[in-house]
Amino acid sequence: MSHDILFDLKGVSKKFVKGKDTITVFESLDMSIARGDFLAIMGPSGSGKTTLLNMLGGVDQPTGGEIWFDGSRIDSLSENQLAKWRANNIGFIFQFYNLMPMLNAERNVELPLLLTRLSRAQRKKNIAAALELVSLSDRARHMPSEMSGGQQQRVAIARALVSDPKLLLCDEPTGDLDRETADEILSMLQLLNREYGKTIVMVTHDPAAAKYAKRTLHLDKGVFVEKDLAA
Amino acid sequence: MKDVYLVLKNLTRKKMRLFLTVFATFIAFMIFGTLTAFQKAFDSGVDLAADDRLIVLNKISFTQVLPIAYVNRVRAVPGVEALTHLNWFGGYYQDPRAQFAMFAVDAENFMQVYDELVMSDAERQAWIDNRQGLIAGRSIADNFGWKVGDRIPINSNIFSQRDGRTDWDFDVVGIFDGADPQTDTNGVYFHYEYFNETQSFGGDFVGFMALRTSDPSKNEAVIKAIDDMFANSPAETETVPEKAFNKAFIEQIGNLSLILTSVVLAAFFVILVIVGNSMILSIRERTAEIGVMKTLGFTSGRIFRMVLAESTLLALIGGVLGILASGFMITLINSAPIQLPPLILSGAVWSQAMLFVLLLGFVTGIVPAMNALRLNIITALSRK
Repeated sequence: MSHDILFDLKGVSKKFVKGKDTITVFESLDMSIARGDFLAIMGPSGSGKTTLLNMLGGVDQPTGGEIWFDGSRIDSLSENQLAKWRANNIGFIFQFYNLMPMLNAERNVELPLLLTRLSRAQRKKNIAAALELVSLSDRARHMPSEMSGGQQQRVAIARALVSDPKLLLCDEPTGDLDRETADEILSMLQLLNREYGKTIVMVTHDPAAAKYAKRTLHLDKGVFVEKDLAA
Repeated sequence: MKDVYLVLKNLTRKKMRLFLTVFATFIAFMIFGTLTAFQKAFDSGVDLAADDRLIVLNKISFTQVLPIAYVNRVRAVPGVEALTHLNWFGGYYQDPRAQFAMFAVDAENFMQVYDELVMSDAERQAWIDNRQGLIAGRSIADNFGWKVGDRIPINSNIFSQRDGRTDWDFDVVGIFDGADPQTDTNGVYFHYEYFNETQSFGGDFVGFMALRTSDPSKNEAVIKAIDDMFANSPAETETVPEKAFNKAFIEQIGNLSLILTSVVLAAFFVILVIVGNSMILSIRERTAEIGVMKTLGFTSGRIFRMVLAESTLLALIGGVLGILASGFMITLINSAPIQLPPLILSGAVWSQAMLFVLLLGFVTGIVPAMNALRLNIITALSRK
């Protein structure tokens, strides 16, 4: 396996049993994601985008096949091992931000750091850096309810970045934002990819959002159609 | 420590719900603390009764008297170490409705039989030397404001003097404390001779006798010897261990223990439903947040512990406040001029309360904690 490959999916299948029916999402999916890639995954509803993202994030397991991450196989890890793996390697950005409403911005950003052995002082330093990166240093003590959607999503990005993960997984990160704010968020993701070398996988319905990615994969009924876009 | 902050934040996110749940727990534990103190006070009559102390009563009823002549005969029974006799006086001070436990006793031997009543040697001697002398327990003396040196009139609602008066004059010569904090110090004792010489109902009878044996193992033999001695006489005796006597006396009121336990259990059942429901609702509302925490890398076990910690903390706040409030209630009750054994919020009650706090926390938290433990991330996030 090349050192440039971060994710490698080999013959991955995913089936759901619903009553007496078995629904096949993926039959035998192969894909690779290179380090430093910014990949957009598009497709109609029910095409398997979110299922794929969930499997990449280790929150869902394939029915068959292998998933390799950075040279290690992750599809056979236990629930607890996957939790630790996610904490060490993955940053998640959700459509609806999913901030903890009872915590202010800096405490929300701190959440992934609570899973590390960092001291309080070191955690504070990392939080400040992450908030500065998303230009929200002045909102550190604000509660989510006191912030706009765009600001909340920036806090969510800071939370995803704060533990310096190898991969950012974004599930419709601009789906709940207006065009202008969405462009700000996407520019920020693009900056993180270009300037900081973060590998990003983004699921989106929005072609305009996909344009910020280096490449886009179209998924339809569990099958990829790759279309390279200008980086 | 990192998780404590999250637990606290989750606990305090809905202030009104927190207040109502804590208040309900507070009430339940206040009831528990107060009623348990009552129960222990009533039980103390049995618990603190000496194993080597026997009570000799008229076999017909404890309201029937015994001839004074019995006293020396019982005292001579092998195994009897010390003996006193007691007559219920039916005393009250100023207010006829506030009758208290007042006995005419054999003062010289009384303190040997009831050695848990602690008084200085000087007071003890002053009592023996003064036929109109009276000793009172700390609690009743404080209630009526009596102090050593006072001369006080006490009325009887049973007896009268030969000149028709129902009041007797006494010198307060001693105030005794209890060797144990739970020892009842609401009693008042005075000389039998003073009573016997002045009352008009005929003389030379005693209400009952209290004696100490040289060893509890001799109780059975002493009981048999005494009751056999007076068998087939006009006043047969029934000799019983003090514990049994006190227990039977308390049970005349009713099965207090059952009543108090039932009230406490009812309070805890209600609180279990309220807090349990509140916790389930609270965790259910946070389904998506729990899903996010699991996504970020919090293990299911860690979230399980956090939910249990939250329910335990909730029970702990209400429980500690409730027990503290019951301590305040008990202080108020003890300071009121009513004839009750001293109520004490003992370490045992605290320990029992803390055990219930942990149980309450566990029982109310286990279902939502298990739900959080089993929660699938994808299901959780889709509930947003």
